[in-house]
Amino acid sequence: MSFDVNVILAQLPAILSGAGVTLLLWIAGTIGGATVGFLVAVGRRYGGRILGWPLGLAVEVLRGTPFLIQIFLLYYGGPFIGLALDPVPAGLLGLTIYGAAYFSEIFRAGFAAVPRGHIEAAECVGLSPSQIVRRILLPEMTVLVLPPAINMAVILMKETAILSIITVPELTLTVSAIGSQQYAFVESLFLLAVFYWVLVEVTDKLGRYAEHRLSRYRFSPT
Amino acid sequence: MTLPAIAVRNLVKRYGDTAVLHGIDLDIPPGQVSCLIGPSGSGKSTLLRCMAFLEEATSGVITVDGEDLGFSESPSGQRERIPPATNRAIRSRIGMVFQQFNLWPHMTALGNVSEALRTVHKMSRTDAEARAMAQLVKVGLEARAGHYPAQLSGGQQQRVAIARALALKPKIMLFDEPTSSLDPELTGEVLNVMRDLAAEGMTMVVVSHEIGFAATVGSRISFLDQGRLLFSGPPSEVFGKPRHPRLEQFLDTYLDRGASMLA
Repeated sequence: MSFDVNVILAQLPAILSGAGVTLLLWIAGTIGGATVGFLVAVGRRYGGRILGWPLGLAVEVLRGTPFLIQIFLLYYGGPFIGLALDPVPAGLLGLTIYGAAYFSEIFRAGFAAVPRGHIEAAECVGLSPSQIVRRILLPEMTVLVLPPAINMAVILMKETAILSIITVPELTLTVSAIGSQQYAFVESLFLLAVFYWVLVEVTDKLGRYAEHRLSRYRFSPT
Repeated sequence: MTLPAIAVRNLVKRYGDTAVLHGIDLDIPPGQVSCLIGPSGSGKSTLLRCMAFLEEATSGVITVDGEDLGFSESPSGQRERIPPATNRAIRSRIGMVFQQFNLWPHMTALGNVSEALRTVHKMSRTDAEARAMAQLVKVGLEARAGHYPAQLSGGQQQRVAIARALALKPKIMLFDEPTSSLDPELTGEVLNVMRDLAAEGMTMVVVSHEIGFAATVGSRISFLDQGRLLFSGPPSEVFGKPRHPRLEQFLDTYLDRGASMLA
């Protein structure tokens, strides 16, 4: 027995297809999670008790349970409440909901980090509440939440691997299947680790670049 | 007697059980500099913030040029909220300058000054920026128009904040400890801008620990202590002897800090 990754790489088209599904799920899940998470944060901030309490509870439950369990429940438990989804839509929905819970906390902290005085200054010059959100809160918050949001995107990228257990034909499922067929388990796991790591590095670099570009908008700590 | 620019009548502000303003009555005469002085916690900043409608008073009335700000009160004490659009129009006659400058960090100096002209007053970018630039010239910062707040000194940031308020052509300017987070040198450049403004006849209300500024530029000094207005008057009267014992005690703490000329 020898260590030979070529056994796996020989099936490149299948791997690329798996990588495509992973990328797609990741990007869609991140955008979906960030969008829903933002709406949840807005709901908790401006929605009063009626909206704030159930949203807060949902976020706590989602953050307090493993993604593995959530995705099992959604996929195998969904049909009991009439929610029978194919693996890919189920995976996307699960990733979005899971991501939304964390993103909502990031945005909540972002809202809270914009100094009250910046909003008061906007009120004083006559901006309406919606103008304040659009022109002051959102842009200021973007700069503040960028580092934790990128971190969350990286976590979601790696969580897509868990979707293999509900038979989403993403990278982990594809490569480990090839590994089983070829009796090349270590090679397949090694390649998977390399692939995820490269993707995370690229994401991180892009994030750093964006942070750097936005850094001049940060206010001085004085 | 001329109509006061701002009239405060029996203003009470409570946070829960704690009253921070116990029924303040104060007239701000137009075209003059009114200074609010007093120890920390005396309620002077709260009073100023009520005038800017950043705090809602518990009871009492504030009028701007005779029009109710925020709430109107019937003789029986029934309070009624002024509709938001009307209230915004009344508030727009008032400019506010904060201790912490509160510039928006994601906009340049020019962007900060022109923002409300564009979003609130729907001016074109060219017109808004021309008017904003004129204000920056006035505070001596035309060369810094393209700088972000993080690239400006505290004194420069505060001058941009003053320009931002002035760009909307307010009739009254409120200053909440505008120099308290600046070192003495930067304090000087901000006070100079305020002196120029006073010389132009702007109606100003200034909460400040700069007793020297209050004594030389202020036309009326109001001394607050523990949420009560102890007395009001021209500087010569307030700082001249004999002084109110509470003021005497307060000024003692300033003798080493540039107010020795009053001793």
